[in-house]
Amino acid sequence: MKTLIEGINKAFESRIRLGIMSALAVNEALDFNALKEYLDVTDGNLASHMKALEKEEFVSVTKSFVGKKPNTKYFMTKAGQKAFNDHLKALENLIKSQK
Amino acid sequence: MKQEKDYVKDIAEIRSMMERSSKFLSLSGWAGILVGIYALLGSYIARYIFSFNPDEIVYSTSPGFWKVAFVAIAVFVVALVTAVALSYGNATKRGEKLWTATSRQLAISMAVPLIAGALLSFVLISKDLIGLIAPITLLFYGLALFDASKFTYTVVKVLGLVEIALGLLAACFIEHGLLLWAVGFGVAHIIYGIYVYYRYER
Repeated sequence: MKTLIEGINKAFESRIRLGIMSALAVNEALDFNALKEYLDVTDGNLASHMKALEKEEFVSVTKSFVGKKPNTKYFMTKAGQKAFNDHLKALENLIKSQK
Repeated sequence: MKQEKDYVKDIAEIRSMMERSSKFLSLSGWAGILVGIYALLGSYIARYIFSFNPDEIVYSTSPGFWKVAFVAIAVFVVALVTAVALSYGNATKRGEKLWTATSRQLAISMAVPLIAGALLSFVLISKDLIGLIAPITLLFYGLALFDASKFTYTVVKVLGLVEIALGLLAACFIEHGLLLWAVGFGVAHIIYGIYVYYRYER
């Protein structure tokens, strides 16, 4: 079956990465723990997916301190927004083409 | 390569994640109904058992007043426990956690106006301005709901506006303050609870 449609992004094949992007799409920024709670994954698992998305430059981080604790916040970059929107459009077209 | 049905699942996942990470949707209709009943019972006890009926702005803190204050605090604590416990039940049923970044935002946006309102109420009590407690608590509770509605069902915004309107009305008609308080915290909660139950939980 031919399923490859233009715009479907390989980076979002993983449902965890898709979840990260969906959560960041509707929030200005989220910290590591908030993402972990939403996705219900382990630290290591989330960290590796975040690294992959950072490498693609789809997400970026701001580091600050809350009291003495370091706080890392993730947000979606412009490139990330575009890639995610294109991916959504491609999914939409895929569903439409099936009707 | 993914199958097409996987992409359909992907869309479901995107939708659910966007919703979960921006809105807390485990509020319970039953909690609204029970909280309304507690408020009605509380105002009945205050009015008819402790003969509490502040009909003027200045209404001195007689010894009986502290019994009324105790009932009010008891109603608040039991209501809070009920709301949290039933939301916990709902969240668990949905396979989600109760305490997430979204519910934290909801709690903070409610807590700020509520604490401000509570502190103002203590100040008013210390100055014997008991007649202003009903309008002030309605008003601040309404503002808290209005603000918190960003993070949950839209109907919470409507409930907030109703409480604000009742608070302003209670300020105009101090002599009916307790009755309007019972309408706002009792009747309005029960109607809201029934609506949430039928709309989202059945």
